[in-house]
Amino acid sequence: MKKQWQKVVRLALVASLCMVPCGAGADEKPAAKEKKTRLQIEGSTTVGPIAKAFVAVFARKYKDVSITVKETGSGSGAAALIDGRCHIATMSRFMKPKEFKKAVENGVMPVAHVVAMDGVCVIVHPSNPVKALSIEQVRKIYKGEITNWKQLGGVDRKIVAISRDTSSGTYETFHKLLMKKQKMAKSVEYIAHNEQGRNRVKTTTGAISYVGLGFVDKSVKALKIGGVMPTRKTIASGKYPVSRPLFMFTNGYPKLGSTVHAFVTFHLTERGQEVIEAKGFVPLTNY
Amino acid sequence: MPNIARQTGDVSAAVDFDRPLLLTPGEDLAGYLTAAAGKTLLLLITCASVLAVILIFVFIAREAWPFLVGGNVGKLLGSTEWFPTAEPAEFGALAMLAGSLYITAGALIIAVPIGLSAAVFLSDIVPFRLRQIIKPIIELLAAIPSVAYGFFAVLVLSPWMQKNLGLPSGTNALNCSLILAIMAIPTIISIAEDALTSAGRELREGSYAIGATRAETLIKVVIPAAHSGIIAAVILGMMRAIGETMVVLMASGNATQVPSPWWNITQSVRTMTAIIAGDMGETVKGSEHYHCLFAIGFLLLVFTFMLNLVGEYFLARARRARGGAE
Repeated sequence: MKKQWQKVVRLALVASLCMVPCGAGADEKPAAKEKKTRLQIEGSTTVGPIAKAFVAVFARKYKDVSITVKETGSGSGAAALIDGRCHIATMSRFMKPKEFKKAVENGVMPVAHVVAMDGVCVIVHPSNPVKALSIEQVRKIYKGEITNWKQLGGVDRKIVAISRDTSSGTYETFHKLLMKKQKMAKSVEYIAHNEQGRNRVKTTTGAISYVGLGFVDKSVKALKIGGVMPTRKTIASGKYPVSRPLFMFTNGYPKLGSTVHAFVTFHLTERGQEVIEAKGFVPLTNY
Repeated sequence: MPNIARQTGDVSAAVDFDRPLLLTPGEDLAGYLTAAAGKTLLLLITCASVLAVILIFVFIAREAWPFLVGGNVGKLLGSTEWFPTAEPAEFGALAMLAGSLYITAGALIIAVPIGLSAAVFLSDIVPFRLRQIIKPIIELLAAIPSVAYGFFAVLVLSPWMQKNLGLPSGTNALNCSLILAIMAIPTIISIAEDALTSAGRELREGSYAIGATRAETLIKVVIPAAHSGIIAAVILGMMRAIGETMVVLMASGNATQVPSPWWNITQSVRTMTAIIAGDMGETVKGSEHYHCLFAIGFLLLVFTFMLNLVGEYFLARARRARGGAE
């Protein structure tokens, strides 16, 4: 009895050993045949629309690539790249030292590709007579020191300060460049997307919020900050005080000729620059 | 007579006289094994959902543990300073606790009177045929997905409040409470109406027989008799409100503050569910922020668990009372 069992076990072992290489071989073959490269992109809700527009052009050009773009915020884009869950992390800020450290510990070497420039525009309801604010005034609004538009030469109306949630890249740029890293008042409301911010301002007469240049349209009014109107020119030249580069991060510099390489250098092509301009951002060659 | 004769004839034809009365040992064993296997399978399936509950509890507790033992609990429950990405980060969730409390209390203040009045109306006053039409429509309210309510709150109710109530911001605790009340009402009506109906016809007739009016019967006899079921209805409605996420994320405004003065519910608040849903997607796994969100989730879980227990207790009491009356 015992011997028979041993025989069975041994047979099973041999069989499973045979199966392993066969299985692996079988797995590789269809992948090579289909050539369907999967590309995962995750991160900023500001850079997301650029990535999505790139994908739309890419889909026509590279039929064998399937690309998914997730818009979850710069922080989670970085986290995804660190964990190896995505190929490209779109970010509206540079990686933090902490994130870099974690990446290197995980064997990921983040490489930054600047794809476009963006200005964080401060927007208000179109009926608001206030046209310009200084950096100081914006900071005081978000710190809760200025609470009525009357104090800024507007009508007697309470200010509803709306901010992006604290993990978004837009928040971090705003927090660093306009707030000088000071804490916001507790009465500040938080929203999760640029579009949501624009919609809130559109429907709330006393609201103030901030969005990327690409999200400013006729339904809201962008303010002059420090006497400079946010336009493509002032942002690209650095005159506008709240402008920033937009990044795509990859793990190491992508292999030349690979799909990832083509994607992160797409902004250099004529078509890529048209796409960036169409989305309301500023292409790099305008310098 | 001929009918019966045919029936008996059929029965005798259906009996298989060739079949041996005793099963063979093989058949016996097979039958036993099939029964045992079936029982085990069903037990496993049933255990799976119990196991899921336990696993969720364990998972959340495990992820919350590093934060809870870090000595931050006092701050979590006692401070309103919520700056998770500042340096140094501060995790005071008191404002979120208060936000959940405000919104739930607000929703109940609106939903309970409406829900109970409607339940009384449906169980005792409305003609039966009308009730058969109204009740399914009310229960349909519970089937609408919460994101649809959220859109309604943001796109319709919020601008309306700004225009007609003169509020600076339409996404606030009041807006949120209103929507949550609408969501809790079907639960309250449905369960309270069941409790009121099952108080029984004898009770009502007894009351009328000693000369009570309909109003007296309802207020002094029927409602007290059904109080366990009514309390259960309120608690289950409350659970619907406290656990709701999508609506509060969209309609509450998400300002991390305790309204001041305290009665001003037209200010924006943020709830425990909203902070978890809003921040969880973007925190770095394993960071203090991440564990803190789990700690808040753990609080919420304990909260709803206790509410559920209390609700079950009253439901069981209502059931027992009903059994006694019959």
